[in-house]
Amino acid sequence: MYAYAGKILRVNLTTGEIKTEPLTEELAKNYIGGIGLGIKLLMDNSKAGVDAYDPDNPLIYMTGPLSGTMGPTGGNSYAVVSKSPATGGVGNAESHGFFGPDLKRAGYDAVIITGKAPKLSYLWIDDDKVQIMDAEHLKHFTVYHTDKAIREELGDFYIRVSAIGEAGEKLCRFAAIINDEFRAIGRSGMGGVMGSKNLKAVAVRGTHDVNVADMKGFREFVKLIHERMKGPATKKYKTLGTPENVLVLNSLSALATRNWTNATFEHADKVSGEWLNEHYVKKIVGCATCGMRCDHIAVVPEGPYKGSTSRLEFECLWSMGPLCGVDRLDAVIEAMRITNEYGMDGISIGVVVAFAMDLYEHGIITKEQTDGLDLKFGNAEAMIALIHKIGKREGWLGNILAEGTAKAAELIGGDAYKYACHIKGLELPGYDLRTLKTAALGFSVSFRGACHLRNGAYSPDVKGKVNRFKIEKGRGKMITTESHMYNIIDSLIVCKFSRGTYYDGWNDLAKYYTLATGIPITVEEMMLDGDRIENLAKLFNLREGKGTRKYDDVPYKIKHFPVPDEGPAKGVYVSDEEMAIGLDDYYASRGWTPQGIPTLERLEQVGLSEYAYIAEKALKENPSPPQAEPQAPAGGA
Amino acid sequence: MVRHQDRKFVSADPEKCIGCVVCEYACSMVNENTFNPTKSRIRAMRIGPLTNLAITCRHCEDPPCMSACPRDALTQEEDTGIIRVDENACNGCGWCIAACPFGAMNMHPEKKIVFTCNSCTDTDEKEPQCVKWCPEEALTFVTAEQLAQKSRAKAVKNLFQMTDAKT
Repeated sequence: MYAYAGKILRVNLTTGEIKTEPLTEELAKNYIGGIGLGIKLLMDNSKAGVDAYDPDNPLIYMTGPLSGTMGPTGGNSYAVVSKSPATGGVGNAESHGFFGPDLKRAGYDAVIITGKAPKLSYLWIDDDKVQIMDAEHLKHFTVYHTDKAIREELGDFYIRVSAIGEAGEKLCRFAAIINDEFRAIGRSGMGGVMGSKNLKAVAVRGTHDVNVADMKGFREFVKLIHERMKGPATKKYKTLGTPENVLVLNSLSALATRNWTNATFEHADKVSGEWLNEHYVKKIVGCATCGMRCDHIAVVPEGPYKGSTSRLEFECLWSMGPLCGVDRLDAVIEAMRITNEYGMDGISIGVVVAFAMDLYEHGIITKEQTDGLDLKFGNAEAMIALIHKIGKREGWLGNILAEGTAKAAELIGGDAYKYACHIKGLELPGYDLRTLKTAALGFSVSFRGACHLRNGAYSPDVKGKVNRFKIEKGRGKMITTESHMYNIIDSLIVCKFSRGTYYDGWNDLAKYYTLATGIPITVEEMMLDGDRIENLAKLFNLREGKGTRKYDDVPYKIKHFPVPDEGPAKGVYVSDEEMAIGLDDYYASRGWTPQGIPTLERLEQVGLSEYAYIAEKALKENPSPPQAEPQAPAGGA
Repeated sequence: MVRHQDRKFVSADPEKCIGCVVCEYACSMVNENTFNPTKSRIRAMRIGPLTNLAITCRHCEDPPCMSACPRDALTQEEDTGIIRVDENACNGCGWCIAACPFGAMNMHPEKKIVFTCNSCTDTDEKEPQCVKWCPEEALTFVTAEQLAQKSRAKAVKNLFQMTDAKT
């Protein structure tokens, strides 16, 4: 095989056993790589009902077929797949930077890590030589210092490290795995799974060649993408960057503010992309092999956080800015920096802090419980202090919040659940779902929990292609088609910022794949792969008891707190009735039952009949029609 | 006959280079027909997000690598300044690697002998491909005098507080 390494590495941290096995071409073509192949390996290498933090839950590092090639964005990527400690379903995230290509050059398409090391360890993959190393001396090290220390002790600057910080070691349910200082396997708590295995880091050095099937054709294609990257398709990412969204969403009443209390932020201009670039961005850098550049490196020039340096994108700027009512970018940059140091998901951390602030404002938690922190919305110092506490699991509140909003709400009890903004246990990203209702539907059906990157459902809303204040028939189909594309993007592991450069969409992606791997693939086959991956993820969630209709819902606040802000969005919320319309439409467009379960015919169509037993069991336990959903309360738009 | 001062080498602008290593991949692609930065004749260093630079052979006038070689395996081409490695004479001892102040001599991971920038003269290309591929236009194929002129012009402009727009 070309481009693929053709090999899977298995590491058992309990026994220390290390072995390899071949990757078959059939598996490669049917699941591509990245999250597709990762979810397949997760399904086949785990038992139903095993807890995310059980040693038997495999942590799977994946490369994509393009990793290690010169392909821009595809060349520099990797993904991690496991059962998520946040959702109890599929956990997955992708990261770029410099780590992925070395893992491929070392000779692996996948690394399946099981068991639990007897003491804190790191995995050292030096081409064919794989060792489990002592990491006791790295305990509670920040991600950055772990990376630095490992490269120094192994004696090679070019070794790449993917590590967890203190939060992962302490089993925070939204802990991230981070490579190259600020590139994160961010969402769904993969860092917590790593911590539960006593695994501090994976260090890798790869020196083997990565060859593509058609070097001439591949080279021309890469040149073409480089040229397109200089054009309009990537302009946003290379200029203001994703923080451009702050003012765009604010103007649409879609900038979730103060934990979805408001949909606009009165100080949006002070946390805008424009303000960030003018006052803080010092340089825009990029990942390995990429022809564009998007990493806006922000440095605080003065004040209490002087010198604080961090990459800052929209989602994290929003979660630690408007969502917490914070209007100071210097504090947001510092908050981002420490979030990376502890190794936490930059979206979830802001949502968790905003949740605590909301509880505090409503008197559900008191100043005694916050260890004296005045957790009012907008208190930037308190936000930063709380992030430290969560990272260390310090104090009653810090410890509880490290469990994520869903579990924290359960532990706090009372009305706390009303303020917990998550779907399936994963915190919401930066869009107000009350005013972007295609997104509300799209996020609710995402297999990894609240996610804007499983189907891009915010896009038709933001671009004005639909009536965004309404869920109606037809949205389901929209989400279905896009989700297949997103599954392929994450299986090739190309960066979503580059998606605009594939002018011919599926044709470009199929061509890219074949030029690299030499495996012929049609657009139809590739779309079917995307469909198969979606169904497989669904089956995994069903197997774990997290896949039925009741898990595809939006948070309480989105359904019960109408937008109070003046303007066209005033009074809008998502009702149970329209969610029901949306879900029925979506499931129908997928050929799933109204309970959200794939039919056996569908499974046969997408080549997943071997897992029919999961669907059969779910169908039996959840016969259609669905049980009546609770009715929406009176009032609202 | 090319004059010494006309020798060109690949130089990276520290203000523009972002350490994306496209140059490394381009180099191994055209020179080795594969993708493998450890076989690249140019290497980028990212010390931190704000501290990046790609470095390759500068075709020095009095090359310390040549002086260090105990087996006379290195010679310098008169016209281009390119350091040529006699693959039969080199035994991979690495003295030249230690001697080069820029880290521009590399050990080939398979051949176990040293290799360095050939300005793509051993390929079908007419110009160094790292320069052609650099997305930031941070790399240039220049003479030392051209670099000096660039710095000089910048210093003068600074002194007179001229902006590019006014020039």
